[in-house]
Amino acid sequence: MLGLNKRDTLLFAIVIAITLLAPIILNPFPVASDLAQFNAGYPDLMQRFVIFGIFAIGFNILFGLTGYLSFGHAAFLGVGSYAGVWMMKLLTMNVVPAIIVSVIFAGLFSLLVGFISLRRSGIYFSILTLAFAQMSFSLAYSVLTPITNGETGLQLSLNDPRILGVSQTADGSIPMTNFFGIAMRDGFELSMGGWLFTFNAGYYLCAAILLIAFYVSIRIFRSPFGVMLKAVKSNQQRMLYTGLNPRPYTLAAFVISGMYAGLAGGLMVAMDPLAGAERMQWTASGEVVLMTILGGTGTLIGPILGSGVIKYFENIFSKINDNILHDWFAFLPDGLEDFVVAIVYPFVGKGWHLTLGIVFMLVVIFLPGGIVEGGQRIAGLFKRKPPEDKNKTAAASAPSAAE
Amino acid sequence: MGILEVKGVNKRFGGLKALSDVNLDIAEGSVHAIIGPNGAGKSTLLNCFVGRLEPDTGTVMFDGRSLLGIQPFEINQIGVSRVFQTPEIFADLNLLENVMIPAFARRDGAFKINGWMSVGDEAEIREEAMTMLDELGMASKADHIAGQLSRGDKRRLELAMCLVQKPKLLLLDEPTAGMARADTNNTIDLLKQIAKRGITMVVIEHDMHVVFSLADRISVLAQGTVIVEDEPGKIKGNPKVQEAYLGGAHL
Repeated sequence: MLGLNKRDTLLFAIVIAITLLAPIILNPFPVASDLAQFNAGYPDLMQRFVIFGIFAIGFNILFGLTGYLSFGHAAFLGVGSYAGVWMMKLLTMNVVPAIIVSVIFAGLFSLLVGFISLRRSGIYFSILTLAFAQMSFSLAYSVLTPITNGETGLQLSLNDPRILGVSQTADGSIPMTNFFGIAMRDGFELSMGGWLFTFNAGYYLCAAILLIAFYVSIRIFRSPFGVMLKAVKSNQQRMLYTGLNPRPYTLAAFVISGMYAGLAGGLMVAMDPLAGAERMQWTASGEVVLMTILGGTGTLIGPILGSGVIKYFENIFSKINDNILHDWFAFLPDGLEDFVVAIVYPFVGKGWHLTLGIVFMLVVIFLPGGIVEGGQRIAGLFKRKPPEDKNKTAAASAPSAAE
Repeated sequence: MGILEVKGVNKRFGGLKALSDVNLDIAEGSVHAIIGPNGAGKSTLLNCFVGRLEPDTGTVMFDGRSLLGIQPFEINQIGVSRVFQTPEIFADLNLLENVMIPAFARRDGAFKINGWMSVGDEAEIREEAMTMLDELGMASKADHIAGQLSRGDKRRLELAMCLVQKPKLLLLDEPTAGMARADTNNTIDLLKQIAKRGITMVVIEHDMHVVFSLADRISVLAQGTVIVEDEPGKIKGNPKVQEAYLGGAHL
């Protein structure tokens, strides 16, 4: 279906189902229960899951296929964000032109950065991209203030021209971002029993774009172009003596992943029209690296899982404070309760980075293939090995069965 | 006039004169062996044919085109394939992909973004790659990861990757190095078959058994210069060769 083989079609169908049902799946606990704080099904967070998923999918096209580790991809996300806000300031509050222009600007900028950085490989490439991103961050923060509005961040104002829209609404406020009239903030809530589900227009726009982005990534992975990108990672020497020029292939992958980053940046401002320089900082670039590795580098679904886990940690796990811990361990004798809370506390709440760091180390050491490899191993325990000949036909129809 | 013409090639590495005034004329469809003691400049010469090294002076013409000043991938695109001393393969990919990549390179050129096609739909290229693997007796391993093959199999895979491109000139750098006797004989048979297809071959080899069973002509390289070029039968008895190459011992 859709030009995908059976396995990929199934994977795509699962991703479609999960993204469409996310507002329900992510809200498994009734509102009134103690566990309601673990519900992640609110629009703001769901949008972030999906947007960072897109960012990581794109990053994986570069890092997962060609093996070139960029430490500067947040710069493209930032450029996309600024371009998007400018479209909303100058043209219209409709998010479509903003998103398109975000992708174009990020693509052009990544073409420039990639053209220069790809003259080196390995650690030197990584350092070059890091240098570019930090340079972009500093410029956005200081010199380019007329364009980026410096440390305040670029925001909409009441006297923006908005040629195709209105500068301000009838009641004197800034108009809302919309998709052909559907405000991104719109949505409806569904209350069932003790559960409350929020279906948000902005989320569904992001989700639809994620699905397109994911589909395109599957097509790239399975195409001759994708095989060439894997060849870049595997042996550039052999490529060169096989009549293939590795550089344009790598540059193409770099620009595609830069455009994905720009798309993510554009969606961020489509949901919340504000772009700040901190979006381009090296920590933001590092985050997408973590997401990709945690989920499974070079796998199709890995980056989405990785971004989901990290964003969940950042937004939900970080909310567990000592009061909550005391509640949980209230059944223990007083002295012991304090002791256990004291032990656990550094790992939760504001200490979520510590837990994430440990999880990350464990994954890298024991599961180099990330969460996806973990899943495959668990599945392997339950599934008996298929007969030999069956294995072969599967491999013949999908040359990259290793993924 | 041969398909590969080398005239007056000199190459210096600092104070070392690696090649001095090398001349070769390799006839189309022939198997030409280059032998010589270690450090004679055999690999340096081969590197000058594929764009890895640039000679200081001299010309290298292939099929009427100069091979100097162009990139290795361009040289390959005009019909020169090379097998390395240590097999260069795509170790993370499976055998089928390894052979499909050069087939794509021949069809699509040095760079093409066909990101919307599926490898699964490339029936023709797949067929071609499978046939080639089958010819080299590796069809049953098509879905194995290339890095896990034995050294001998890696060599055969590399050969398959070169042959699937239907090159006009095949350069082989010690194709049987490190092989057991049986494997060596298989490789010789295989190379003989390839020669029958009319592919011109230039072989660098240490193993005299291989050289004398394959080559139509032999050039002996010593200290960066061609001292003798002749038919295999005449090389054996040539005193110059015995002097330079074997230190006077009889073959």
